[in-house]
Amino acid sequence: MLAASSVEMRKVNKYYGKFQALKDIDLSIPPGKVTCLIGPSGSGKSTLLRCINFLEAYDSGEVRIDGQLIGYDAPDKKMSGRRLREMRRSIGMVFQQFNLWPHMTAKENVAEGLIRVRRMSKADADRRASEALAKVGLADKIASHPSRLSGGQQQRVAIARAIAMEPRLMLFDEPTSALDPELVGEVLSVMRTLAGEGMTMVVVTHEMGFAAHVADQVGFMEKGELVSVDSPDRILHRPEDARIQSFLRTYRERNSF
Amino acid sequence: MFSLAVFFQSFGPLFWAARYTLLISVLGIGLGIVIGTLICAARLSPYPPLRRFAAIWVSFLRGVPLLVQLLVFYYALPIIGLDVPAMAAAVVTVGICASAYISEIWRGAIAALPNGQAEAAVAIGMTPVDVWTRVILPQAVTLSLPALINELILLVKASSLVSVVGILEITRASQAQAATTFRPLEVYIAAACIYLLINLCLAALGRYLEHRTDV
Repeated sequence: MLAASSVEMRKVNKYYGKFQALKDIDLSIPPGKVTCLIGPSGSGKSTLLRCINFLEAYDSGEVRIDGQLIGYDAPDKKMSGRRLREMRRSIGMVFQQFNLWPHMTAKENVAEGLIRVRRMSKADADRRASEALAKVGLADKIASHPSRLSGGQQQRVAIARAIAMEPRLMLFDEPTSALDPELVGEVLSVMRTLAGEGMTMVVVTHEMGFAAHVADQVGFMEKGELVSVDSPDRILHRPEDARIQSFLRTYRERNSF
Repeated sequence: MFSLAVFFQSFGPLFWAARYTLLISVLGIGLGIVIGTLICAARLSPYPPLRRFAAIWVSFLRGVPLLVQLLVFYYALPIIGLDVPAMAAAVVTVGICASAYISEIWRGAIAALPNGQAEAAVAIGMTPVDVWTRVILPQAVTLSLPALINELILLVKASSLVSVVGILEITRASQAQAATTFRPLEVYIAAACIYLLINLCLAALGRYLEHRTDV
């Protein structure tokens, strides 16, 4: 694998009209580490994640991947489409709703980016796609269309589609939130494997178990603010901030029976 | 009394005339798809003047009856010095009228796709052209097939209107038949059968295409 990327966010602000979705976000994401973002829904976690690959344009501040500013050439000058696409090639993204292309088989979904973006030959792309699908445990599903796969299998195809591009940074936007509870484990285990290989990962999640066991750092967000970034232990087991305590109390109440 | 002999004899000339009905419908929808695609692209473009032009195009053509459009077109062309055959004028008018509906069919199909479809393509670095040709359009075409077949069936029936500019398609041919045989009922029922036959075939074609593109 190529060297893992790092991400630096400095004073990042994002507005939707008058509503401020991100407030002065400062966040360092070290290479080869797993960063989990937790917090109530609507707190800006997904928006923050989507600013990292500029799927969402931030309004001020800086987001740097390996020191390189993404989205802008200068504070008020948007980066060209071509340069932005080049930067996105090495950033994989996995979505809550999988977003597989329903008119393509699992293998075609994975090979598409290799052929169109990486300019690989069809044969090479097919080989790489089969390898990526085997890696997520779906070697026997390469010819299936997404509609024939379970949610967990679809999300694993989506992960294969991202890793086949050999990214140096992976963004996960609530990857297990749309899954039936019994399918969550298979997706988390693929993510755990990736983490073990030293991939830089940023994961927006409600899976506190994953955050506790796999993350190197956990960020807690509320109302557009990054309240705290610290070790999983200090955020999840010994939180000092009252907002984190309250969020975790609600989470435990909801998950107890 | 209903004369079966006249009824069956009417089919010969009407089948002959059905060529024009089919020609006008098929060329009309072909032209409609080309223009409709451009109008839809204009409607979805980031340029306000283009968007406004497309909106006006659609509301004007949907708001004026095809019969009136045909008559206006037919009588307006000679005034601006264009001497076009009735057939060409009919196809162009039908095609332009259909373009308004087809552009809305495309727009609806494209709008029905979840944002995430394009986002997943953008996120791996695909160009806008690839996003459209590989991800959005293949799905939009499949989604819009039922509506397009529906539009084609409507056009086959609407093509009866071009009889007003003197083209001998099914409806006008049956009027002529009725006038010579004095048996209008038999002739018009025969005409109805031919329209029905054509449209049942189109509906079957539609089901076949939908089945084939089904995933």
